[in-house]
Amino acid sequence: MSNHLKNLKLKIWRQSGPTDTGHFENYVMDEISDEASFLEMLDVLNEGLIGENKLPVVFDHDCREGICGTCSLMINGQAHGPERSTTTCQLHMRKFKSGDEIVIEPWRASAFPIIKDLMVDRSAFDRIIESGGYITAPTGGAPDANLIPIPKTVADAAMDASQCIGCGACVAACPNGAANLFTGAKIAHLNLLPQGQAERFKRTEAMVETMDEYFGSCTNHGECEAACPKEISIDVIALMNKDYRKSKLKNRKEISRT
Amino acid sequence: MTITFNSKIPAGAIGDKWATYKEDAKLVAPGNKRKFKVIVVGTGLAGASAAATMAELGYQVDVFTFHDSPRRAHSIAAQGGINAAKNYQGDGDSVHRLFYDTIKGGDFRSRESNVHRLAEVSVNIIDQMVAQGVPFAREYGGLLDNRSFGGAQVSRTFYARGQTGQQLLLGAYQQLARQIGLGNVRMFNRTELVDVVTVDDRCAGIVTRDLVNGEVVSHAAHAVVMATGGYGNVFYLSTNAMACNVTAAWRAHRKGAAFANPCYTQIHPTCIPQSDPTQSKLTLMSESLRNDGRVWVPMNPDESRSADQVPEAERDYILERLYPSYGNLAPRDVSSRAAKRAVDAGLGVGPLKNGVYLDFSDAVNRLGKDVVEERYGNLFQMYERIAGENPYDVPMRIYPATHYTMGGLWVDYELMTNIPGLYAAGEANFSDHGANRLGASALMQGLADGYFVLPYTIGNYLAPMLNKPIPGTDHPAFKEAELAATARYQGYVDIKGSRSPDYFHREVGRIIWDYCGMERTQQGLEKALSELPALYEEFQKDLRVTGNAESMNQTLEKAGRVDDFFQLGMLMCRDALEREESCGGHFRAEYQTDEGEALRDDEKFAHVAAWEWTGDPTKSIRHSEELNFEAIHLATRSYK
Ligand SMILES: Cc1cc2nc3c(=O)[nH]c(=O)nc-3n(C[C@H](O)[C@H](O)[C@H](O)COP(=O)(O)OP(=O)(O)OC[C@H]3O[C@@H](n4cnc5c(N)ncnc54)[C@H](O)[C@@H]3O)c2cc1C
Ligand code: SF4
Ligand code: FES
Repeated sequence: MSNHLKNLKLKIWRQSGPTDTGHFENYVMDEISDEASFLEMLDVLNEGLIGENKLPVVFDHDCREGICGTCSLMINGQAHGPERSTTTCQLHMRKFKSGDEIVIEPWRASAFPIIKDLMVDRSAFDRIIESGGYITAPTGGAPDANLIPIPKTVADAAMDASQCIGCGACVAACPNGAANLFTGAKIAHLNLLPQGQAERFKRTEAMVETMDEYFGSCTNHGECEAACPKEISIDVIALMNKDYRKSKLKNRKEISRT
Repeated sequence: MTITFNSKIPAGAIGDKWATYKEDAKLVAPGNKRKFKVIVVGTGLAGASAAATMAELGYQVDVFTFHDSPRRAHSIAAQGGINAAKNYQGDGDSVHRLFYDTIKGGDFRSRESNVHRLAEVSVNIIDQMVAQGVPFAREYGGLLDNRSFGGAQVSRTFYARGQTGQQLLLGAYQQLARQIGLGNVRMFNRTELVDVVTVDDRCAGIVTRDLVNGEVVSHAAHAVVMATGGYGNVFYLSTNAMACNVTAAWRAHRKGAAFANPCYTQIHPTCIPQSDPTQSKLTLMSESLRNDGRVWVPMNPDESRSADQVPEAERDYILERLYPSYGNLAPRDVSSRAAKRAVDAGLGVGPLKNGVYLDFSDAVNRLGKDVVEERYGNLFQMYERIAGENPYDVPMRIYPATHYTMGGLWVDYELMTNIPGLYAAGEANFSDHGANRLGASALMQGLADGYFVLPYTIGNYLAPMLNKPIPGTDHPAFKEAELAATARYQGYVDIKGSRSPDYFHREVGRIIWDYCGMERTQQGLEKALSELPALYEEFQKDLRVTGNAESMNQTLEKAGRVDDFFQLGMLMCRDALEREESCGGHFRAEYQTDEGEALRDDEKFAHVAAWEWTGDPTKSIRHSEELNFEAIHLATRSYK
């Protein structure tokens, strides 16, 4: 049943805007219910700050159910905090103890500039999707949905990959700030499906090259997989790399044929 | 502006109306489409699908969302599934049956013609989404799998694990992203609509506020679509995402768009109860749990033993006792009210005595732990993460929570509000679900509106405007709206009172939940209507927003949204007070059968209530649109 944690020492990154250098600020949370979620703990902190006529800590969040991908936060150096397969919004204070020091920082990656405090700009992810993360299917022309049977195993594998919530933890956890897990997840989702075959190599080439424009390069640390709240497997990166190599060949052949 | 309600229902038999409409609709030639600018506000299923389709057709489309990416819209959170009358299971489904179920589920308070069209296009939605690569669940043979949902006797629900909304939204988002990449859509993220502008009784555009730097900007267009979602967060605690709000629809309402049936809100019976006063939202647990869980409360209000120590004879299995034929699978509204009555009588369980047990111990004994785990493993994990208790050992605690709003902007058959050129789609309009929505039908409606309805109806409106000039953003009406918006946000900062917007949000939410929630009475609603204006006055005098209006300021965003919730809340209570009957999600305690079921009054209330703004939220004017039931006879909604 509900207990209270006492005397939490919060060390939170404050930065007034993209050009500010930023600094840590210390706060003490005298008491908080262990039933509270991590973000509710920050809500309480913020109401207190408003009460003291200070600026509340800015952070991104929305669904608080682990599905929208809006929340972020490095908590004690771990993307989304200490609980595996759990987004920050689903992390609860019962995972902490009275007297703990908790260091809270934004995602740190050159492709995700800080907007304010703990809020970053992840729109580089959207650029990757815009470059090819879709199947071209104009409204109205689709054939009956059961026309192409898709083996359950294939549908399930595509679904595993398409569970990515676009949170950016993989990038934040990667020493190089690479986005290979995110990009690989979308490529795997679409490239595995029969509907995705027509654009398979064009998609892969475009998405990988857009990714390289914004993000660092992958050197197989594997930190991304460990940080991913949706357990996206690092295998998607292997699939992406394989299709990327093939795309160089296939796309060239197609060009020479025309 | 005087309000005229012409629902523009095409003539002909119910099954021919949509085909007739499409044949008669005026068209814009492909080469002329790019001469038109269409604004879409919102990137949920309704907005993303509408924007992608219209951009593909050739219109210039500007899209706005307050989220950091279009992929974050609240549609992402839908779990259960999406309905379509495919009859892939060969179990007797048809367009007519889906139409009938939706009208009946809505307790005969929706417009037949719109609902029939929804059922017709439902089949195209599944084709479209599969073509886009949505990985719906499949059978071993490779064909699409279906499940059944409440209020239907057939299996017509398509799903993608417990994340159907996510997969559908990503599908629609990817189509939108493609159009952005091609340069056909200009996307404005972290940008909030703060006003709607009308010139000569026509919607001329919108005014937005950039959430990063506070800049207030006008945008002119030939047509504007509001796909801005529902207003369930007026209750403060709901299953909606934190940022869901009514501002866009409300600002349109204040500019003359009628707001229909605001009191039609839906409560979901199986959510995890509030665990402490700091709680910010409630989480839905799939309704499927009621297939094997038994709902009970201890008979003794002072019971202090743990659940497993309470002997059978001292337990009250409320649903099994009250509704022997349905038991734990009684309909959503009925089950919700039973739980509320138990908790109100002091029989609630858990540390705050604010829930009822949903007990799986019988199921575990009968089926074995493995079977229960296979059926509900994910949900049990999610429950444990949030509630910190293992449902195999301790019964789950559940309590009803708000999760959908059937009311919204009034629209005609073309999904146009009563302001020409202003459309509303998805949860933001009132159109298809009457007084109660069936499970898995909101996703269907959002995609129907965006992919298959708006692209036709907007063309019909735009065609006669070809080569005619429209007012630009230098028009005085835009300047006036910009100044008003700037003053509004600066105004919140300048109050310098002592209470945060969250404080006021909690207080409004409490009043609305207590008096305009699951069970409403004349007395309670009158009480709410005296408490709300008083609290609103306090808000206007005692609000505190720190920081300024010229930078990222989440407290300020919240202040504007709470302001609009106050005004909407008053209208909800008025609407609930004046609707002297019970129907679907609107339950007035004075109007119930001997068995405690909703008692409709078709003589007096077989109509849509459409409210006109007057400047004072307690003095709005009620108009009505009569509902005619030609294809389906009005009948008592019974699931016995
Ligand atoms: C927990 C949960 C589970 C659900 N499960 C199901 C289910 O299984 N099946 C089903 O059919 N339905 C379900 N529903 C209902 C369904 O998800 C929603 O009704 C539907 O997704 C709404 O879609 P929409 O496109 O209308 O709006 P939303 O997806 O809510 O999108 C609204 C958009 O408008 C934007 N917006 C709003 N206001 C502004 C503004 N002022 N300025 C700029 N942008 C703005 C937002 O940023 C967002 O992009 C569920 C709902 C909940 C809460
Ligand atoms: S791959 Fe995982 S960590 Fe990366 S964005 Fe997707 S869900 Fe987040
Ligand atoms: S807030 Fe949506 S995933 Fe955390």
